[in-house]
Amino acid sequence: MKLTLALAQIETHLGDVQYNLEKHLGFIRQARASGVDLLIFPELSLTGYVLQDLASAVAHRPTPEDPIFRTLLEASRDLDLVVGFVDEDHRYRFFIASAYLSQGQILHVHHKVYLPTYGLFDEGRFFAWGDAIHAFDTRFGRVGILICEDFWHASPPYLLWLDGADLFLFTSASPGRGLSQQPQMESARWVDHINRAYASLFTAFVAHANRVGYEDGLNFWGGSTLFDPNGDLLAKGPDYQEALTITEIDLNELHRTRARLPLLRDERTALVMREMNRILGRGTQVNR
Amino acid sequence: MIDLTINTELARQILVGFLRREITRSGYSRAVINLSGGLDSSVSCVLAAEALGAQNVLALRLPYKSSSPDSLEHAQMVIDQLGVQSITIPITEMVDPLLERFPEANQVRRGNIMARARMIILYDQSEAFQGLPVGTGNKTEILLGYTTLYGDSACALNPIGDLYKTQVRQLARSLGLPEAILQKAPSADLWKGQTDEGELGFTYAEVDQLLYLLVDQRYSAEDCIAAGFSDQFVNVVVERIRRNHFKRVLPPIAKLTNRTVGYDFLYLRDWGT
Repeated sequence: MKLTLALAQIETHLGDVQYNLEKHLGFIRQARASGVDLLIFPELSLTGYVLQDLASAVAHRPTPEDPIFRTLLEASRDLDLVVGFVDEDHRYRFFIASAYLSQGQILHVHHKVYLPTYGLFDEGRFFAWGDAIHAFDTRFGRVGILICEDFWHASPPYLLWLDGADLFLFTSASPGRGLSQQPQMESARWVDHINRAYASLFTAFVAHANRVGYEDGLNFWGGSTLFDPNGDLLAKGPDYQEALTITEIDLNELHRTRARLPLLRDERTALVMREMNRILGRGTQVNR
Repeated sequence: MIDLTINTELARQILVGFLRREITRSGYSRAVINLSGGLDSSVSCVLAAEALGAQNVLALRLPYKSSSPDSLEHAQMVIDQLGVQSITIPITEMVDPLLERFPEANQVRRGNIMARARMIILYDQSEAFQGLPVGTGNKTEILLGYTTLYGDSACALNPIGDLYKTQVRQLARSLGLPEAILQKAPSADLWKGQTDEGELGFTYAEVDQLLYLLVDQRYSAEDCIAAGFSDQFVNVVVERIRRNHFKRVLPPIAKLTNRTVGYDFLYLRDWGT
């Protein structure tokens, strides 16, 4: 089965959801005209990233009653969408979230489970921690969504893999940092390395949509990527420019790669569980 | 090994994009810059010209009567090379009446008065030209506090404040600035014969390596001494960084209410744009 996947590497206006919605609709029109089946927007694509005290003011609920989501759900009738937003739940907690929209329905909402609160990051101050990592079924097979820091940790992609995801959709608003002699910032190199590693280790497709632009002094580097189940780079967006990067992928590559390299077949989940229980049971680990 | 080499092409791309986006999103399309003829302001000027177009950049040459003629000439070389707009406004007539009132003023006072006189002109021309003042302070001088508060440090945004002096020099070279500017000894040119390195008591090559360990690599003072820096040098620099921190932050507001600017009223400057 063939799937035309696109990474929408957009710039956003900080806290201006209406402007950002229009930007989404422009990219959606362009993608639709190019026959795209699945279009992925970056982390917090509807709001911008360093929200601080704006977080509660820009929150939306992913329902047909919400005017922003009503428009996006309408747009999802002929191509599937992943959009980034601030989700306000029914108990008025605010989450960094990504929603998967397909044929007028919300199929899945992921709440970011790892909120970086160190260095230049302060997410834990303003947002609630997500508490679930679930794969979900789409018309293209089983999919998993993670947001930025979620996949800086090895366990969320691993859990999605065991939960059946063959297509990993990662989204980021990743600030560039670590200038050296290299042609990429240290943070950009790091993300490329781990995305290639996940594709290789899990013999799966790994798509990463990262935003571009600036917020005060922060730069967002773009460079969105798509790796195939062999860990080969299928597509890469430009650095520091808005772009719609469109690639046709052949989902049968999963069949061929896993026939050659049965890492999923041989994964010893019961062993993992036994050892996890032993390690956690010792009570010496710091855990949440 | 301490390697401060940067990819100058990547730095240029990010900094030009930063100036273009951050200036235009605040409703401006032009920039003004105090062009001293030194390395830092020349680099900021090149970046601004690339970001906005040379005709949208106004370079100000603001000599005092004792300023080195080389400074004016080097600034003119940059203006001619880039094709930016320029004005020359001597600050002597502004500064001298105040200095005459306080003949006992030491070099620090005199230097600060000149730096702040230049700031007044920069911000006045900002309004006249409808351009945002672009900063010219590098990471070394920001960390050492080797700058006049509300003087040369005053700006709307700063493209080079996260590059050490030795890195600004690499960038300057890649941007094709004149050799005379690349080669001369860095100086605030506030009095005759002043050089940064003479006044600081160490070279940029030395202090940039130490700052890189202390700040970027989070070394403790003891770690730096163990890495081969003299304890006297390390202690002087550590103390300078601490003592000058007030120049790097907004003045503290005494908190009384539940929501106070600076503590729990938190928005980026780019809020809404």
